[in-house]
Amino acid sequence: MPQHSSAFTPSGTLQLGVFFQGVNSGTIWKAAESGSQTDFESFRRIAQTAERGLFAAFFLGEGLRLREHLGRPHALDVVGRPDAQTMLAALASVTTHIGLAATQNTTYNDPADLAHRLSSLDLISGGRAAWNMVTTDNAWTGENFRRGGYLDHADRYVHAEAFVRTAKAIWDSWAPDAIASDGTAGTAGTAGNWPADGAVRRVHHEGQHYTVDYTPRLPRSPQHHPVLFQAGDSPAGRDFAARQADVIFSAHPQFDAAVAFRADIIERTLRAGRPADAVKIMPASEFILAPTSAEAAEKKAWVRELQIGPQQAIAYLEQFWGRQLDGWDPDGPLPDIDPAVEETSETRGSGFHGAKAGELTAQWRQEAAEKGQSILEFVRAKAARSDASFVGSYSEVADTLADYARVGAVDGFNISPWLIPTGLDDIVNHLVPELQERGVYPTQYRGTTLRENLGLAVPDRAAAGEPAIR
Amino acid sequence: MSTIDDRTATAARAGFLAIELDGAGWDGTGFGSPDGFASLAEAVLAAESAGFHVATFADSPRAGRVNALQRAAYAGPVTRTIALVPEVDTVYTEPFHVSTQLASLDYVSGGRAGWIATAAEFPETAAAVGRENVSGTALAQEAAASIEVSRRLWDSWEDDAVIRDVATGRYIDADKLHYVDYKTPEGFGAPYSVKGPSIIPRPLQGQLPILAPASIVGTGQVPADAVDAVLVTAPTPELLTAEIRDVRHRLGAAVAIVGELDVVLDARGQAAVERATGPVSGRARYVGSAADLVDFLEPLLAEADGVRLHPASLAVELDELARWVLPELRRRGALRAPVQDGTFRDLLGLPRPASRYAHPSTTAGN
Ligand SMILES: Cc1cc2nc3c(=O)[nH]c(=O)nc-3n(C[C@H](O)[C@H](O)[C@H](O)COP(=O)(O)O)c2cc1C
Repeated sequence: MPQHSSAFTPSGTLQLGVFFQGVNSGTIWKAAESGSQTDFESFRRIAQTAERGLFAAFFLGEGLRLREHLGRPHALDVVGRPDAQTMLAALASVTTHIGLAATQNTTYNDPADLAHRLSSLDLISGGRAAWNMVTTDNAWTGENFRRGGYLDHADRYVHAEAFVRTAKAIWDSWAPDAIASDGTAGTAGTAGNWPADGAVRRVHHEGQHYTVDYTPRLPRSPQHHPVLFQAGDSPAGRDFAARQADVIFSAHPQFDAAVAFRADIIERTLRAGRPADAVKIMPASEFILAPTSAEAAEKKAWVRELQIGPQQAIAYLEQFWGRQLDGWDPDGPLPDIDPAVEETSETRGSGFHGAKAGELTAQWRQEAAEKGQSILEFVRAKAARSDASFVGSYSEVADTLADYARVGAVDGFNISPWLIPTGLDDIVNHLVPELQERGVYPTQYRGTTLRENLGLAVPDRAAAGEPAIR
Repeated sequence: MSTIDDRTATAARAGFLAIELDGAGWDGTGFGSPDGFASLAEAVLAAESAGFHVATFADSPRAGRVNALQRAAYAGPVTRTIALVPEVDTVYTEPFHVSTQLASLDYVSGGRAGWIATAAEFPETAAAVGRENVSGTALAQEAAASIEVSRRLWDSWEDDAVIRDVATGRYIDADKLHYVDYKTPEGFGAPYSVKGPSIIPRPLQGQLPILAPASIVGTGQVPADAVDAVLVTAPTPELLTAEIRDVRHRLGAAVAIVGELDVVLDARGQAAVERATGPVSGRARYVGSAADLVDFLEPLLAEADGVRLHPASLAVELDELARWVLPELRRRGALRAPVQDGTFRDLLGLPRPASRYAHPSTTAGN
């Protein structure tokens, strides 16, 4: 195993990304200022605003089955999201520098097909593509695919790792000299001599979950291959990221949690034989800003009120109780009846993962009673990602972020706007200049590829790929 | 001066022109080619300003060829009127992904998307995704299933499913979302099912126009009423008209007919015959002057609904076509007027269909 310095040196700077979730309860649609969640113009507006603010990347989430509520599509959620790579290919033609990150799962895709499409996006965008690797494993989503719901929870990251190693082998299989530099190769009708014979290695993988036998068809992009993000928080997920990812899209934005997460990732990264700073960290976050802190607090209350009304609060509890609670008063205490299911179910949409309904609801009843919270107050506190929010005046929040940069708690933040399509405007117009004044934010794009702009090294050829057959 | 009747008659027989954008770069031909375009955007804009109604994007496996659907998506925001129609495989690509990707293309192009549904034998692609090679009649069966899944998923959100009802807090009306519950028919090679609903609202056009090669459409293959247009191929230009009539007779009037034609033109001081050296495509190939091509296309555009041109060299032929062929065809009234801010369905004269699930008594779960 190669030796790396175990010292981690903070870069002293931050990057921003925007997470256009597509399905969420965080985007307020009830406000008059709110626009369409699905029109292309909303995506164009957000991506171009982010680019004006020198954001590193524009992210799209993925979910391949609509969330349900008590057996029907969940009527209260903002839903309806386009395919990530198709949308990002379109955004590539109206942006020039911002990275284009597609969340794509490793379970309901074929490695050769996904690697090819990601290469396409990377080439079409001039080296700005990223893949946010997620591992959806539920039978619920599987019902929309040929393979069905076939993956055990324990197998997820084993499968994901084989998947990404195959993808890397595909991306690494074009020799740098596969295309003649004098421009003589590759003209129309001469596919036979382009790429040069033997310049591309065949990739072969035979595993428990899939078999791939593929001769790659696309050359390297200007950034070699797409930047790899990982989103997932379990120990197995973190180790997977430490071995394979360039950036972790994490869930720990609060200062102490972020510092602890960084330490944990450094340890895992070193154990994986990579340098301490090999994996960047960009937690999911929300920014609610105003000229003064009092106005920001008011704005936060307004946003929360619109995000979670009485119906949302009741529906939120129904997800965990597994039964209708529409007779319950949102301004009263939490329901004192038991949930309809003891064991949580992976096939029932979000809300149930990893917790036993009975224990959880009892704990919540106690928590709300101790704090004297009504259903509405409890859910607003619980569900609105409060721990992910930065609320304050532009300069206050800039000061806070400068502290993060100084100690290297994170490499940046991935912001979920609370409003579409104008939710980034105040960040770009006011927060970014404050961060620049403090010297913790870029004043121009470093290069043209995402890898350059994130300060990532170009990957070694075949560093972590599968054995390939030449 | 023409009367209204004359003009109606002219419009009725006017056809549309499509151009295959292979050779525009990022498709296996553009790298280092002296005749290439600086960018894909430049090529598709050149086709649009030349007056082409439709741009198509080939996608069979080939070194250097970037995914066709992404090339079409890239062209979406920079164009206004030209329809963008990628080839998308129906055999080895997940139907759920195909459906959402195409619906997304419709969103990013403002309703100008279409789909050339392909089903060809590609053992390399089968091996790449670890499946048995599909061949023979099973190919059309796969295509039929994939098309049916997409159509159902596109209908699975009724047009007015997003209600944004502040009073009840509901963003969508769950009664207007539908499970498609698709199952492949008896005897299907590798059976599968798709639950639905889609994850994206109904495409802007409701249903994207679907094109398929005429060779896979008909009884026992892809049903004629599953597609909106077929691509008709003949071995020579002389045989193309007869083939178009045959297919029209076989499939009936409801399916639009698009004739396929390779073109090599006298250009840049070189005779077409000298330039006609590329590999044989299996399509009729027109070799000659721009003026003679006009005379050839005028009656053909009256016979077919449209003609798709496959230029020998995109940049070279597009120059000639833009300068001499399309203006003259327009002058003769042989070309349909481009539909400003219209949809691909508008161009084809297809109304926007209601969702098959839109019925007062239907509810989610049916
Ligand atoms: C910040 C963040 C964003 C995520 N975004 C998505 C997403 O868009 N789509 C998806 O299917 N999963 C998403 N995930 C879920 C993860 O991929 C993963 O399935 C989940 O966290 C469970 O894995 P774990 O047990 O390793 O945490 C996200 C996770 C995190 C932490």
